[in-house]
Amino acid sequence: MDQFLLSLIAGIFIGGVAGYLGTLMFSKRMSLVADPLSHLTLPGIALALLYGFDVSLGAFPFVILGIILIWFFEKKTKLPMEALTAIVFVAGVAISFLFLPIEEAETALVGDITKITLRDVIINVVLCLLIFFTVKKIYPKMVLINISEDLAKAEKINVEKYNFIYLLIVAIIVSLGAKMVGGLLTTALIAIPSATSRNVSKSLSQFSLFGLLFGVLSTLLGILLFKITGLPAGPLIVIVATLFFLISIIFKN
Amino acid sequence: MEEIILKVENLSVELDGKEVIKNLSFEVKRGDILTILGPNGAGKTTLLKTLLGILPYKGKIEWKEGIKTGYVPQRLPFIKDIPISILEFLKLKNGDIKKIKEILNSIGFEEDFLEKEMGELSSGQFQRILIAWVLLGDPDILLFDEPTSGIDILGKETIYQLLERLKKEKNLTILLVTHDLSVIYKFSNYVLCLNKCPICQGSPKEILTKEALQKLYGEEIKFYEHHKHE
Repeated sequence: MDQFLLSLIAGIFIGGVAGYLGTLMFSKRMSLVADPLSHLTLPGIALALLYGFDVSLGAFPFVILGIILIWFFEKKTKLPMEALTAIVFVAGVAISFLFLPIEEAETALVGDITKITLRDVIINVVLCLLIFFTVKKIYPKMVLINISEDLAKAEKINVEKYNFIYLLIVAIIVSLGAKMVGGLLTTALIAIPSATSRNVSKSLSQFSLFGLLFGVLSTLLGILLFKITGLPAGPLIVIVATLFFLISIIFKN
Repeated sequence: MEEIILKVENLSVELDGKEVIKNLSFEVKRGDILTILGPNGAGKTTLLKTLLGILPYKGKIEWKEGIKTGYVPQRLPFIKDIPISILEFLKLKNGDIKKIKEILNSIGFEEDFLEKEMGELSSGQFQRILIAWVLLGDPDILLFDEPTSGIDILGKETIYQLLERLKKEKNLTILLVTHDLSVIYKFSNYVLCLNKCPICQGSPKEILTKEALQKLYGEEIKFYEHHKHE
């Protein structure tokens, strides 16, 4: 199949699901946590590029490790989450640059969709659909947890279980996004469409729907621009997403 | 009507290594309106959360079998971050839209109110919606953390009048945390004072004597003054 079409399919699915999940992260005031997590993909990406296996596959264990570390440090030290994620994330970046071949650095940072194969696309689409339906299922309960953990616990919701599923999903999306737009810009796929959506939404259903739509539109237009200009797709996707955000400010009342 | 629905014996609760509640014992009968009184940091909210099973504790908390609790928290500061309509919020509790509309009417709101965003509500409206939230679970007992005592937008019915009416209509038992002493005289039939350890409990007339209040709040005042001078 045409390489461009493959990129487009993978991009649209990842962009949409990341935008959708982003609205949940937004309501958990965790949009920024995705940032350090996405930087944590860098050592994994470096290893994958060095030994020639799938970038997402390399990234995933490092994101999981990062999440476990942050959770563990938080429990031990009671320091604010932001401080701990900052530590884990700079450590991740530093480690990756110790052994990341410099000529591969650009791929690691901003991604490279031109290397996507048909097999990648199939795996991507299946994972994205799986994540979409899981997020859809946990969405109402997660929103309640995000509004108030006490209220959720009073409703006998197993908060720890839902947080765990949620973090696992975040790790998968961040890993998938890493291939698309690179370790540096993955946060953009999660954080920007949801912020844009917040500006134009008056209800939860609009919020999640527009998050998904802005995610799809950003990746779609970004990849089309890549086709036209030949500039790297990752940064183009992020710039399109940012433009949508800027336009949405006009509509915010 | 002397049916005991909650029995608490020698309850102790620790938060971050500090003992917030110590050896507390009391009972709640069906139809009681029990007020929990005490200075800031005395463990009032902690007590409510412990009774709901949210916090770990030592001692005994015995709910009568089949009793359904409804928790009305003090505030939900994060809800303004999320665009969520009243209907969507209430559906998180119970998806039965017909029932949501019924309850909304019973607390004095029109149906078209459901489309409004939660973040746009006044504090009085917000509290009413939280009451609708707990009523959707058909509770036997409400655990209510600091209702605002101000007049609502309707200008007629305060939160307390609403609670009193609902109590009669639905045979509710109510556990209430409040600072408002006048409310206690008018509204509640049992008072539980908390200041780390239980100082007193009984009917409002028996309990709310000058001496008891001084004992309850007086130490806190001294404590603050002490701090100021240092």
